[in-house]
Amino acid sequence: MKILVAVKQVAALDEDFEIRADGRDVEADFLIRDLNEWDDFSVEEAVKIKEASADPVEVVVASVGPDDVDESLRKCLAKGADRALRVWDAAIEGSDSIAIARVLAAIARREAPDMLFAGVQSSDQSFASTGIAAAGLLGWPHAAVVSALTYAPGAKSAVFRRELEGGLLHEVEIQCPAVLTIQLGINTPRYASLRSIKQAAAKPIEVLSLADIALGAGDVGEAGSLSRVRRMYIPDKGRAQLIEGDAAQQAARLAEIIREFKGAQA
Amino acid sequence: MSGILVIAEQRRAELRPVSLELLGAAQSLRQPGDTVAVAVLSSSPERFIGPLSLAGVDEIVTVKTAAAEFDPDTVESALGALIAARQPQVVLIAHSVDSFGYAAALAARLKLGFATDVFRTERIDGELVATRGGYGQKVSVEVDFPGRSTVLLAIRGNVFKAPEQASSPQVSAFEAPAVQSRAQGREFVELSAGDDVDMTAAEFILTIGRGIGEEAKVPQFRELADAVGATLGCSRPIADAGWLPKSRQVGQSGKTASACKLYIAMGVSGAIQHLAGMKHVSTIVAVNTDAEASIFGVAKYGIVGDIFEIAEELRRLF
Repeated sequence: MKILVAVKQVAALDEDFEIRADGRDVEADFLIRDLNEWDDFSVEEAVKIKEASADPVEVVVASVGPDDVDESLRKCLAKGADRALRVWDAAIEGSDSIAIARVLAAIARREAPDMLFAGVQSSDQSFASTGIAAAGLLGWPHAAVVSALTYAPGAKSAVFRRELEGGLLHEVEIQCPAVLTIQLGINTPRYASLRSIKQAAAKPIEVLSLADIALGAGDVGEAGSLSRVRRMYIPDKGRAQLIEGDAAQQAARLAEIIREFKGAQA
Repeated sequence: MSGILVIAEQRRAELRPVSLELLGAAQSLRQPGDTVAVAVLSSSPERFIGPLSLAGVDEIVTVKTAAAEFDPDTVESALGALIAARQPQVVLIAHSVDSFGYAAALAARLKLGFATDVFRTERIDGELVATRGGYGQKVSVEVDFPGRSTVLLAIRGNVFKAPEQASSPQVSAFEAPAVQSRAQGREFVELSAGDDVDMTAAEFILTIGRGIGEEAKVPQFRELADAVGATLGCSRPIADAGWLPKSRQVGQSGKTASACKLYIAMGVSGAIQHLAGMKHVSTIVAVNTDAEASIFGVAKYGIVGDIFEIAEELRRLF
């Protein structure tokens, strides 16, 4: 039995940052990389299922990106994934979420897992698309924003709850293999122990080319995308009126605002 | 090939409010000669004809489905057939939990131009351009769709204004192909309350976010909220960690601060999902150490500073 978990190394912006000279992204020097917050939960969910299963289950994490992505993959291995694979080729540069999904779908065809997890979205670009697009390309059943899951590896179906707007949940039964996008809070992700971090260093990260997964340069990058970034810019700053002074002065003004509100209520 | 196709979203026999906002978005994109059709998928779609008969709608397309509630296979099959039949230039859907579950699959399979969480649409030199946020909403990103004859846009809620005036559009029925769905919806479950607070009724809310750092700090903010007469709320990470019950979570998947008039956000960065539940509040005060935090973009007043110091000073004054 096998669970494939798609993960992304996301980028947060440094406090001061600059837009790249071509105006289509942020200058790479200003990006701080880390594992996507949602992916922490999907890796944990897979590892939990593995630990609860009587049959052996392999948890494989996969990502698309250059070699610095190995850092995030190591993190997943330290948290209990068995092996990792990473696909990269210069042609992938400039891919939108759909082109990345094409790579993910090709990985899934090669790995043939019983279940594929992805995060609901990434904390940097928030497309909320990659996992479900991969499902569409694979022709697999799929569901998004899963906040509770009952699944035994190898079972023909799984039961989950998707988290709807406004505190409502929808319970659904789905045929497997399926693609599920995992929501924050579905579990409590573990911290990797020193021992598991050491062990992770010995686990394999396999690096694959496009040819290895039967894709060509035309399947990815701008050619394989359904959208193209035309321009990226820093929007006008918010209109919050800043309350200046030291903490006591700031608190005093805040107290005034509270009293004004209460006065208006009275 | 022309025209705009809007997909209305319904759940449990009610239109979701964002459906009507999509009609507003359609008006902003409409060019001379364009028609705006709105399609609604349901086991009894006729019930939505009245609510969708609004200014700017030329046609309502009813699509009868076997499934009463959202099902990805059903929606993808019906919309795939509808798009093939109509060949619209633009298809507008809500950026919502339902669309998370089907839109990308549909776009990938039909090779539609595609963008999600779009908050602005325009035509620049005749080309459709959609704007969304990037890097945690710290930048704006304009995307275009070279070579795509149909573009599917998932539109952010609470951005476009729904039309108010009624109209009497033409109504037609579209027969969706039969579909063997691979998922079966069972039941809806309301998140158990956890405690008896009703965030939607609270007029004054003090919300804590990730900035509080640890569970041990929760009681001091609970005490502060009591002292100033506010209802204590939280952002998602606090509820996920179990530090406060889910019923106190404000945001898209939690509660909307519907009745709130004064909202103090302490240590809340302002993720878009949180803003969805509170950005409408008339007086928002944000306290955060990060001057760049998105919460300052919706706040009326901002305090860049340490939430613990401010909390302590504020407590002395009540």
